[in-house]
Amino acid sequence: MKPLIVIGLCLSVTPAFANRVFVSNEKGNDVTVLDSDTLEVIGTYPVGNRPRGITISPNGSELYVCVSDDDIVRVFDPQTMEELHTLPSGPDPELFVLHPSGNPLYVANEDDNLVTVVDTRTHQVLAEIPVGVEPEGMGVSPDGKVVINTSETTNMAHFIDTDTLEIFGNVLVDSRPRFAEYNHDGSKLYVSSEIGGTISVIDPSTQQISHKIEFEIPGVLPEAIQPVGVRVSSDGARVFVALGPANRVAVIDGATDEVQDYLLVGQRVWQMAFTPDEKYLFTTNGNSNDVSVIDVEAAKVVKSVAVGQQPWGVVVAPD
Amino acid sequence: MFRGIIAFLAGAGMLALPAMAQQATPEVIRAAVLRVDRQELPPTSRLELATEDLGFAGARLAIEDNDTTGRFMGQKFTAQEVVATPDTAADELERLIEDDIGFVVLLADDGLTLSLADQAGDRVTVLNAAARGDNLRGRDCRFNTIHVAPSHAMLADALAQFLMWKNWTRWFLIEGSHQSDIDLANAYRRSAAKFGARIVEERLYEDTGGARRTDSGHVQVQKQMPVFTQRAAEHDVVVAADDADVFAAYLPYQVWDPRPITGSAGLVPRSWHPAMEAWGASQFQNRFEALANRPMRELDYQTWLALRMLGEAATRSGSSETGELRDYLLSEQFEVAGFKGQKLTLRDWDHQLRQPILLSTGLLMTSVSPQEQYLHQTSRLDTLGIDRPETECSFAEAK
Repeated sequence: MKPLIVIGLCLSVTPAFANRVFVSNEKGNDVTVLDSDTLEVIGTYPVGNRPRGITISPNGSELYVCVSDDDIVRVFDPQTMEELHTLPSGPDPELFVLHPSGNPLYVANEDDNLVTVVDTRTHQVLAEIPVGVEPEGMGVSPDGKVVINTSETTNMAHFIDTDTLEIFGNVLVDSRPRFAEYNHDGSKLYVSSEIGGTISVIDPSTQQISHKIEFEIPGVLPEAIQPVGVRVSSDGARVFVALGPANRVAVIDGATDEVQDYLLVGQRVWQMAFTPDEKYLFTTNGNSNDVSVIDVEAAKVVKSVAVGQQPWGVVVAPD
Repeated sequence: MFRGIIAFLAGAGMLALPAMAQQATPEVIRAAVLRVDRQELPPTSRLELATEDLGFAGARLAIEDNDTTGRFMGQKFTAQEVVATPDTAADELERLIEDDIGFVVLLADDGLTLSLADQAGDRVTVLNAAARGDNLRGRDCRFNTIHVAPSHAMLADALAQFLMWKNWTRWFLIEGSHQSDIDLANAYRRSAAKFGARIVEERLYEDTGGARRTDSGHVQVQKQMPVFTQRAAEHDVVVAADDADVFAAYLPYQVWDPRPITGSAGLVPRSWHPAMEAWGASQFQNRFEALANRPMRELDYQTWLALRMLGEAATRSGSSETGELRDYLLSEQFEVAGFKGQKLTLRDWDHQLRQPILLSTGLLMTSVSPQEQYLHQTSRLDTLGIDRPETECSFAEAK
């Protein structure tokens, strides 16, 4: 009996599968790669000019980086960080979202008021969809039927049908919407407003704002609270919101929309990414040039890791 | 009644927008930009020569921005561009009013801004995008005028806060002899008293009408400026009040004592700077430069902002009707984003737009005021300029 128990213990302490964490450094023109297990830097790799949005294919074979000043999306091998090819993105790509199937890629062109739809297999532009001024935030519904774009100066969330590639709804939100994220079952859409200082919780079925989440942090000026990145746990129970120069990540109850906690992270926190097991959440802190690592279960910051210059986006490789 | 309309508009704004609005015939919101050019000497530096499209380029970008949003709202925007002289400005304004223009963005000096506002009366809403006079927000305030341009007092306070943060509290104030220089100098005197600086020396630089940029003019300047500034009381910093652009540009490195120059040269408080890239401004600068083929100046920014305010009011209220738009602009709901890191709102006591002020040196933005040490019970932006308790403005219409 005894040997069996020992084996059992060994299995339970076996570390989770380590995943690569990719951080785009906007001013450094490179990507820093971390190990999600050791939380150490594996390496830093040049990727082109002004890398911002960053994502990875569902099977983990291709890493996509918006290199805004090169007006292109570069595609890398996530293991070797060799450039595989490029994708036409339209001018000044800032953020993008992959269809849950891995194809196509929907890219926000900030300078051109367009969303460009790119086939990741044929590398062809499938469509250009005119949206509002300064498109940035891109979200996709879990069923892949709807893509959301937010336009920062028009202040709308645009609902795009992924079959017809046409806008079928527009919801006016507070000033400078930066990011759009669905919850697990597609029943809620969270849109952050950087200048408005709020999260609009939208019911996608009616395209109505059901609730506006506001933030208040003792000792932090209200104008420093600038919500940007949003991530929702896979069960929809917890929502994390990066609050920019407030240097905090808000933790929100996904059921009640109430703020539960504020976690102190590095300076000017913008984007975030979970590990696949949701043990950790990584945040990019643009002014302190580091990544904060949040223990999701404990809702505590456990480490900060120095990366490159002005970290912007982050993505974690799938298992 | 007034409040009732606002509440109704706010409610309407919350409704989901019709997806098909972009297909319907759009409602047109018509504005104009009236620029009154004076015959005057060219600026001290040829880098600051006026361009034909000064201000108008900002208007064109704002109309593009508004129309892009308008596609989703069933709204379209126009801005007639009108150049006038001080003699023709009144006739041009009358023509615009007869043409049923609801909003006029005015680029004119203090005196003309006031006389044109009086001429407009309740027939048109004036968006002042140039004049900085504190009197226009004080004893000469007009209900029909919304001030998008920052006032002298706001700019002076923005600089004063920075100087106090540096502990440069002893100021040598040099003012020009034009009325607008005197107004600006008074704003600095007020700022010094407000924030606890001391003006230890004051001098007047008389504009004797000499040629400004003559061949080898620098030789004269190098002789004159040290002499003009010698034997001043011990000071930390020079504050130049030269709204008319006569002498301040010549001060840096030419003063008797080795002291920094601030105000109208050196460290300059302003509404916009083409090197600003914080708060998403890079994209905004890029869009402007692609449109105008030159960097954005303050008058372009202020004109853009004035028309964006109108666009924002139209989007949020869902209305294209002049009276409703004006009411929304003046309501508590109104706010607009202007690439300055926070929402900009209007002061109800004098219709001045609250805004952060950039402090710039030559090629870069050095700081932004309000400085974070200065707190306020309602808005930190109200540490800049004339606050509610001290205003001399009283709107009969608001009562």
